[in-house]
Amino acid sequence: MSSRDIVLGRIRRALGPVPDEPYETAVDRDYAREHGARTTEQTVDLLAENLADYRALVHRTDRDELPDLLMQLLALRGAQSVLVPPALPPGWLAAADPVRIHDRAACTTAELDRADSVVTGCAVAIAETGTLVLDGSPDQGRRRITLIPDHHICVVRVPDQVVSSVPQALRRLDPGRPLTWISGPSATSDIELDRVEGVHGPRTLEVVLLTGSPEACA
Amino acid sequence: MSGTYLGMPAFPAAARDAVRDATLRANLRHATHTIRDKRAKAVAELDDWARLREAGRQIKDHTLRHLGDHLLRLEETVTAAGGTVHWATDADEANRIVTGLVRATGEREVVKVKSMATQEIGLNEALEAAGIRAYETDLAELIVQLGQDRPSHILVPAIHRNRGEIRDIFAREMERWGRPAPDGLTDSPAELAEAARLHLREKFLRAKVGVSGANFMVAETGTMVVVESEGNGRMCLTLPETLISVVGIEKVVPTWRDLEVFLQTLPRSSTAERMNPYTSMWTGTTDGDGPAAFHLVLLDNGRTDTLADEVGRQALRCIRCSACLNVCPVYERAGGHAYGSVYPGPIGAILSPQLRGTASEIDASLPYASSLCGACYEVCPVAIDIPEVLVHLRERVVQGGEFTRHGAKTTLRPARGHAAERAAMRAAGLVFARPGLLRAGQRLAARTRRIHPRTLPGPGRAWSATRDLPTVPEESFRDWWRRTRGRGAEATGAAGARTEDGEAGA
Ligand code: SF4
Repeated sequence: MSSRDIVLGRIRRALGPVPDEPYETAVDRDYAREHGARTTEQTVDLLAENLADYRALVHRTDRDELPDLLMQLLALRGAQSVLVPPALPPGWLAAADPVRIHDRAACTTAELDRADSVVTGCAVAIAETGTLVLDGSPDQGRRRITLIPDHHICVVRVPDQVVSSVPQALRRLDPGRPLTWISGPSATSDIELDRVEGVHGPRTLEVVLLTGSPEACA
Repeated sequence: MSGTYLGMPAFPAAARDAVRDATLRANLRHATHTIRDKRAKAVAELDDWARLREAGRQIKDHTLRHLGDHLLRLEETVTAAGGTVHWATDADEANRIVTGLVRATGEREVVKVKSMATQEIGLNEALEAAGIRAYETDLAELIVQLGQDRPSHILVPAIHRNRGEIRDIFAREMERWGRPAPDGLTDSPAELAEAARLHLREKFLRAKVGVSGANFMVAETGTMVVVESEGNGRMCLTLPETLISVVGIEKVVPTWRDLEVFLQTLPRSSTAERMNPYTSMWTGTTDGDGPAAFHLVLLDNGRTDTLADEVGRQALRCIRCSACLNVCPVYERAGGHAYGSVYPGPIGAILSPQLRGTASEIDASLPYASSLCGACYEVCPVAIDIPEVLVHLRERVVQGGEFTRHGAKTTLRPARGHAAERAAMRAAGLVFARPGLLRAGQRLAARTRRIHPRTLPGPGRAWSATRDLPTVPEESFRDWWRRTRGRGAEATGAAGARTEDGEAGA
């Protein structure tokens, strides 16, 4: 008998006869879809607040100012090179100086390790938890590019990419894509529970809340 | 489980030594109180906490009652998404499968995400015996591994080490494992974290095989979920060419939507954060992003035996948040090592004897490693009634009875030398069968707290001789809840006395 059959057989014997209970009605889903009533503007404010509370640096701008802001943020970090996902709207980095590095299959992780910063878009941002979700779309790139550099700038289009809560975010996401949920920069509390930012992921997370229509800076 | 830690004394003896260690006690006390207080605040932010907790309980209970169906569905969806599913009845088989998979890649080293399942089966040792080196990459696990130590807490495994000790371990040991610690390393947490970053980065960038566990597996979609803070998880899950995840069969949840419950309750219960810094979700393999090969090893290793016990089964609801450790007066004094298993604290006291059986002295003593104060139940985000299971297991140890071991029904003979506990247990059983009595008892205890003895009489004396008894709170939790939450609380507790579960004041 295969181990699969053994385990499944043990489960059957452990449970005995089980009544037919459709899953749809087995769980009371009377918990909240979101916590508190907020206007769209308040939801965006809450996102900014919660991101900052977990030590992300938050900026707000509109489509006209975005290229200059990104240029400044990269310059302030002294970034010589910046990783760019395949379909980042080209206008976004129009004013930036650093060398663009494009992530290709042939790129070794050691090569990516030499990039100073990475700039990406975002799939969904969750206000109540201060979370950004990346889903590997062409404006966000593969998972590794937001992991290896020490500085990540994530541009969130507000309000259309912002939801209030975790339940709302899951509805919008496609489970078939690789998903990375980011809440503040990498952190550890393993040493006497003192929080230290950045062990392996980017130590600095900057979030740009971009107002204007989705095609604003394309 | 692969067995107890070698030469591990029974809980009372191990606890006695731990309680004498003043540094350990101070470290633990600081840590558990800090997390506990922060957690209460994080939980208070969600006014539907009691309903989320109940939904979590229901999801897990339904999953367990239909476990076979959900696992088959999971196998189907993971396979359809490009993954390969393996089944392991016990630790040895799981280790054989993983070792074989690593060998097939031709690699001699793997990077690991912190995972209790792989600790439970002793995977690192099995890999080492096969000539494969496993690098732990979680900072705390690294501290534990370099210090040739054992983890003492689910969430913060090196909680028993202070910064000076960590500095010494890094300065002394890093060189033997790879990049040495920087010269003149101090004990500042930022510097220590930086040393770990540099030490591990060279391993991440060259690793071809990653090994992980998972917090959740979604049957409906085949999605795996790993929740972490440091980014070492993301490194191990996305940079290697081959990813092997070893996951207990109880970690499956039926639907994608179920994550909305656990992604709200887990981070707040464990690290007291609204959300942990990183959560990774992947479904099989994705072209051009992440590992080209994904293997899922579904682990039984005593879980089906636990499932066969209708009272004890609820331990399989556990989402390993560690909230119960941080509120446990016994854990706070004894520390995680005294439990002699990878699962310490209240959850360890009920899970380990079920996964391993109660044949060994330590496993037979674990159901007694509790004061039955009930704090663990109050904080548990999936409402596991740990005191109820403890009493049930004591009964099994003392009176013997039917239970399942390796899938076969077995009868346990009553343990010798437990006559005194038997009497104590009967009293406890009586009280727990009647919630009214429990309430009255708690209130009485609170009123008479000034005359409480410093040591326990009778069989409890040996236990209490080496530690301070936890002080009895002025007011029992139930009374506090009634007073502060009043009628609203009663209304949400409609499902019975056991659902009056606000954690905010626990
Ligand atoms: S038993 Fe409950 S409180 Fe303890 S670790 Fe498991 S889920 Fe958390």
